[in-house]
Amino acid sequence: MSDYNFAYLDEQTKRMIRRAILKGIAVPGYQVPFASREMPMPYGWGTGGVQVSAACLCPEDTLKVIDQGADDTTNAVSIRKFFEKTAEIAVTEKTREATVIQTRHRIPEEPLTEGQILVYQVPIPEPLRFLEPRETETRKMHALEEYGLMHVKLYEDIAKHGHIATSYAYPVKVEDRYVMDPSPIPKFDNPKMDMAAIQLFGAGREQRIYAVPPYTKVVSLDFEDHPFDPSKANHPCDLCGAEHTYLDEVIIDDEGGRMFVCSDTDYCAERQAEGHRGRLSPSENIEKAAE
Amino acid sequence: MQEQSLIGAFEAPPQDAARAFRAALEALARPGTIHEIKGGQAPAPVSEAAASLLLTLCDPETPLCLMGRHDTPEIRDWIAFQIGAPIVGPESAMFALGTWTALQPITNFLIGTPEYPDRSTTLIVEMEALSQDGATLAGPGIKETATLALPDIEPFQMNHALFPLGVDFYFTAGTQIAGLPRSTRISGTQVLEATEAN
Amino acid sequence: MYVAVKGGERAIDNAHAWLAEERRGDTSVAELTVPQIREQLALAVNRVMTEGSLYDPDLAALAIKQSRGDLIEAIFLIRAYRTTLPRIGHSEPVETDTMACDRRVSATFKDVPGGQVLGPTFDYTHRLLDFKLMAEGELPAAAEGEPRLEPTPHVTSFLNKEGLIQGEEHAEVMPPDLTREPLELPANRALRLQALTRGDEGFILSMAYSTQRGYGNSHAFVGELRIGKVAVEMEVPELGFAIEVGEVELTECETVNKFAGSKVEPPQFTRGYGLTFGQTERKAISMALVDRSLRSKELGVEVSNSPAHDEEFVLYHCDNIQATGFLEHIKLPHYVDFQSEMELVRKMRAEIAEAEAGSSVKEAAE
Repeated sequence: MSDYNFAYLDEQTKRMIRRAILKGIAVPGYQVPFASREMPMPYGWGTGGVQVSAACLCPEDTLKVIDQGADDTTNAVSIRKFFEKTAEIAVTEKTREATVIQTRHRIPEEPLTEGQILVYQVPIPEPLRFLEPRETETRKMHALEEYGLMHVKLYEDIAKHGHIATSYAYPVKVEDRYVMDPSPIPKFDNPKMDMAAIQLFGAGREQRIYAVPPYTKVVSLDFEDHPFDPSKANHPCDLCGAEHTYLDEVIIDDEGGRMFVCSDTDYCAERQAEGHRGRLSPSENIEKAAE
Repeated sequence: MQEQSLIGAFEAPPQDAARAFRAALEALARPGTIHEIKGGQAPAPVSEAAASLLLTLCDPETPLCLMGRHDTPEIRDWIAFQIGAPIVGPESAMFALGTWTALQPITNFLIGTPEYPDRSTTLIVEMEALSQDGATLAGPGIKETATLALPDIEPFQMNHALFPLGVDFYFTAGTQIAGLPRSTRISGTQVLEATEAN
Repeated sequence: MYVAVKGGERAIDNAHAWLAEERRGDTSVAELTVPQIREQLALAVNRVMTEGSLYDPDLAALAIKQSRGDLIEAIFLIRAYRTTLPRIGHSEPVETDTMACDRRVSATFKDVPGGQVLGPTFDYTHRLLDFKLMAEGELPAAAEGEPRLEPTPHVTSFLNKEGLIQGEEHAEVMPPDLTREPLELPANRALRLQALTRGDEGFILSMAYSTQRGYGNSHAFVGELRIGKVAVEMEVPELGFAIEVGEVELTECETVNKFAGSKVEPPQFTRGYGLTFGQTERKAISMALVDRSLRSKELGVEVSNSPAHDEEFVLYHCDNIQATGFLEHIKLPHYVDFQSEMELVRKMRAEIAEAEAGSSVKEAAE
């Protein structure tokens, strides 16, 4: 791919994206408009995240790409290969070894550290969009810090269902100012957003970039009598026994039997390597069979 | 055109600019930290750090304001050749370059609008030296508190009071860079005259 | 048995190899060449160039071949290629007054200076399958006439002389570039026109059709439709004047719409404008209707709730590359979010069951 520039994008495009990222850092949670370019993958498949990553990557970086928490899902593989080819950078599946992590729908279980950048792929950056379809209106609402509509919606949920009926892309308020969409991560991940790493959000089709600097106050919206509840499946992981991780539910037979496994494949594999075992760990089964 | 304007670009533009951007990103995302940024050489008195930052962020789409001793024919030529940014006054600048004294009053620069707080100026303040011995900083990017030597206190506090509007700052000296976004809260009364470049 | 989505990389490679095989089809049938597509599927090439925003018939033909004839996929290939090209400069606005017209018709006058020229059109053909095309054969040559040497004046210029049609201001400012700046609303007309030219032909057609059926009625006539080649000129700073760098084939449509006038202005005709690459007249006419519809606010006429009057609705939804990408992304795994939804639904169901059990116990106790 030597016909293309380092990290695919031309330098002028990178400068434009870099300026937008810095504005995002300066005004945490505010959606900075940027002239998103057509990328060689479709809109909605991570073009925003890919552009942000392309603008950030240095030759010395080690990149990790996850989708649904897993390194080996097809779209994660496709994006990782894209950067291996166009930026000739090192790649890894280990959260700890990565300097730049591009993600779709999850925050890794392993706490991120200073020096790391987490790049989120964002489909709909506007947290108010499903309450008000017009960009001209939602922009005004952010300008005036007029978030009553969002609270009314959440409160209606409680009145109707006894719960806030949002389980992912759960809105947060950043540094007491902007209401922000954390991208479609499960609400289980929301509390992790107050972290040591830089968080960058790219929405290609909607032409928006936003950011959360390290150690920034990120609060999931809630009510005093209905506090935010980052719940998850009430099971341990069937492979590594972890009780504190977000789990995928996998249907394992025609009778609807199921198992629960860590959505973060790297975290789960590492725990298993350390000797942690779950209900359905292969070695345990062998031992049981031997008994 | 001076011969000087033909030199001083990045040696390997995509890679050097990427490294310089990461320094600028870390600097702004972690106020109070000081980072190395290298590779750009502009005519004096522009520091290597400031030249590298300009090469990384500026182009024909970013109006640039040069103030005081940073507005010389040599520097204008260099910018015309290497960057292509139109040279403008404070009222329409996306970036501004000068010493703290030369950039005054900073209220002349763009602070954005309530709908578009990003339409603001980024000020590149050339310093004699950077040091963490100074004002106390708190806010996004800072775990508890951080410190940074600032050329003044009150203008930065007034700028923060405008949040989410306001300007953002980079401080540059030699090959070092530090950042101060509008989101940072500043306390302390210490004004370090000595840090002002002259 | 636990089968996770493992081996993603191998699966992708295999899928792409299979795709390449399917693209080629039966190898006993001769392979299509790019020049064949360029010459014989020219209208597909034109659409790809228009919506891809890149005038290059060979690359458009290649994209059509690569995409197995899926034109939206071909447009996507062109867009993705285009965005990597360095911007060396920009041309002067093309002068369609000087167009060498292959086709030029006006619906508003029986005849006009410069004449009505039908050109290579499907109009007035009978839509009967021509089975002769299944066999290869030589075509009889079409009749030739003398080319018109003098420029063909725009039909609207005749109305202009009488003041019957609203004049168009000559823009002093550089128009914004949709491919370099994020779309900002409200958009000015130059930006809207760019979006419409790049927009999906089917979407723009349906929007235009809806205005004809009464959703934001605007009674358009085709004042003029012209197709032909124009010179592209570019000013070279070192020379100080513009030189011709090539020529492009364009379709231009100007519609004439009745405007009853307002308190401050007498009744007058207004215009809609469409401009597209190659021969793409369905798109150009549709675009002109939608352009006029989106001008309602600035013309001071009543703005209805009709979709074609709604700038945000039209501009945010007309791009088929954005639309198809987002639509098709729901094929990607979403199991993490779905899991979160399942947990919530289970929890809420359990609570309801618990509440019901509680009340029945209470009833039994009473």
